[in-house]
Amino acid sequence: MKTIRNFLANEDHHGLLIPFIAIILGFLAGSVIMIFSGLNPLDLFTSFVRAVTGIELGNLFNDQPAFNARYFGEFFVYSIPLILTGLSVAFAFRTGLFNIGGEGQVMIGALAASYAGLMLDLPAVIFPIVVLIAGALGGAFWGFIPGILKAKFRVHEVVVTIMLNYTALYFSNYYIRALPDSSSTKTADLPAKATLQSDFLSSLTNNSRLHWGFLVVIFCALVFYFIINKTTFGYELKSVGFNPLASEYAGMKVQRNAALSMTIAGSLSGLAGAILVVGTFGYGRILGSFENYGFDGIAVALVGGSTAIGSVLAGLLFGGLKASQTIMQVSRIPRDIAIIIIAIIIVFVAMKHPIKQALKKLKVKEGEQ
Amino acid sequence: MELIYSMLALTIVFSTPIIITSLGGMFSERSGIVNIGLEGLMMFGGFTAATALVYLQPYTSLAPWLAILIGAIVGGLISLIHAYLSIHAKADQIISGVAINMLATGVTIYLAQVIFGQQRTQSFSQSFERFTVPLLSEIPLIGDVLFTRVYLTVHLAIVLVVVSWYVLYKTPFGLRLRAAGEHPHALDSMGVSVFKMRYIGVFLSGIFAGLGGGILVLTQDIQYTVTSIGGTGFIALAALIFGRWKPIGVLGAGLFFGFSRIFALYSSRFEILSRFPNEFFFALPYVLTIVALVAFSRQSVAPKAVGKPYDKGGR
Repeated sequence: MKTIRNFLANEDHHGLLIPFIAIILGFLAGSVIMIFSGLNPLDLFTSFVRAVTGIELGNLFNDQPAFNARYFGEFFVYSIPLILTGLSVAFAFRTGLFNIGGEGQVMIGALAASYAGLMLDLPAVIFPIVVLIAGALGGAFWGFIPGILKAKFRVHEVVVTIMLNYTALYFSNYYIRALPDSSSTKTADLPAKATLQSDFLSSLTNNSRLHWGFLVVIFCALVFYFIINKTTFGYELKSVGFNPLASEYAGMKVQRNAALSMTIAGSLSGLAGAILVVGTFGYGRILGSFENYGFDGIAVALVGGSTAIGSVLAGLLFGGLKASQTIMQVSRIPRDIAIIIIAIIIVFVAMKHPIKQALKKLKVKEGEQ
Repeated sequence: MELIYSMLALTIVFSTPIIITSLGGMFSERSGIVNIGLEGLMMFGGFTAATALVYLQPYTSLAPWLAILIGAIVGGLISLIHAYLSIHAKADQIISGVAINMLATGVTIYLAQVIFGQQRTQSFSQSFERFTVPLLSEIPLIGDVLFTRVYLTVHLAIVLVVVSWYVLYKTPFGLRLRAAGEHPHALDSMGVSVFKMRYIGVFLSGIFAGLGGGILVLTQDIQYTVTSIGGTGFIALAALIFGRWKPIGVLGAGLFFGFSRIFALYSSRFEILSRFPNEFFFALPYVLTIVALVAFSRQSVAPKAVGKPYDKGGR
């Protein structure tokens, strides 16, 4: 008991503990809400387990099939863009910048990828790579705008990125509609050799939409880790995030680093948008409103502690929650409980100071039994 | 001319929720707390107002007014989450605002499912009546736009602008509120609680945003859906910045942004403008706000201490 209390009170562990506590409290609060609305919270957990593992707990002890690999595949399909927008927000956080423009960067990335995929004609293998690069460049441009405005005019990036989200919505809808053969809701299908879709992966997971995009995620997480931890540039970014004045005094180009950081963050979200086009759907879409990939990315980065591995894990958690929404719908649970849980997790992560204080009080005092 | 009149009449209907919500944001930001949760607070207000109206409409003709009142109260109560997180828990105010917005999307639609068994509220059959004010409606132009067959909520918005201006600049309370956002330490040394002023500022923003959301749904929609508010909270935030955190500026910016939305719907009717896609006019408020931010960047317009948690020992 004593050791547990001291473990919890030790500040070195709080970085990992607080997200964990937030996740547990989030699911707990979600369960309480379900009980109050006359629903069985166990359905929430069986839906989640089924979405993440493909295992149907209720069928383990009867003759019905208890495993469906398709859910497992779809789980990754939902997680891939979330991990990327999470990495995007996390990268900006590291420099002390708040990228709430993931939403817009995703849409511009998707727009650029749609144009590249439909207007170019390149050999297989190279084609999807070029389309992905186009998406990353589109997102990078949309991230560069708040970055350069911050650097040159000291305009707060939060307001600019919010405004750019809506600008991107209207801008990309107009240009997607302008593509030849676009309907009122989507573009024509991209040629198969331009996409990341794969019959092999799909057949492996009982016809899910699983695509090669997960390789992009692994690549991006590794690059993120490498830049932040192994390069001078990453060191400068972190230093600017901790103390911009000291960094400037030490001779670092604070303004240039801010602009660069937002550009890189934008490219990661842009990649998420490109993957939605070449992986998940195979065509560009006209949107009526936001799909919240960028905002969910904030939750991912917060829970993941703005690290590469943390963002991957948190992205999988929230991807699992999103994937379980379709299953919930079937078992007649309002799917929006998943969004409520994500929101409550953010609330508790935001409460880190009071939670830290409470944890510190657990420390066993001398003379206490 | 007919066309211009109907455009102006629609503009004031669209501008009303923007102006009211933006005034709320002004109280919050002037007290030192950034509130990007305005959109979510509007959603809470819109959802509760629509739900209350569905249940109250058989009983009283005042149901729409009661409904927006309930929406305002719920908006105020939800804003206390943002207040607690930003003020007591010293959380990042942007993160807290994001959480409020996400909570609003989830909770309103979840409750709609629980209460009505669908992704939206049931539609209401009656809403505000349109009034023609005698005498005033005889004034040329203004009478037609402002006093002929209009919702009284339009006049409520104008009254709130005047009252907000008076409270902010002519009362001790307003002075203290502004001090909490400019020089919190000075306020503290005068024996006034910075925390209290900021709680009031955020609470007012919740009341106003809830009211704005309720009015929006009741005057522009027949039910609440997840897209009813559709970014109006963020336009209100833009109007606050474009209006330089001042009540009269907010009124002007709110009218202008409302007009730009209506323009998007009507642009095809004008020969010169039909060459612009209507998306251009939808995007205009957001683009102009970025331009305004750059233009203002050399002057200090925003409240000085906005966005920073208050720390008694800090400098």
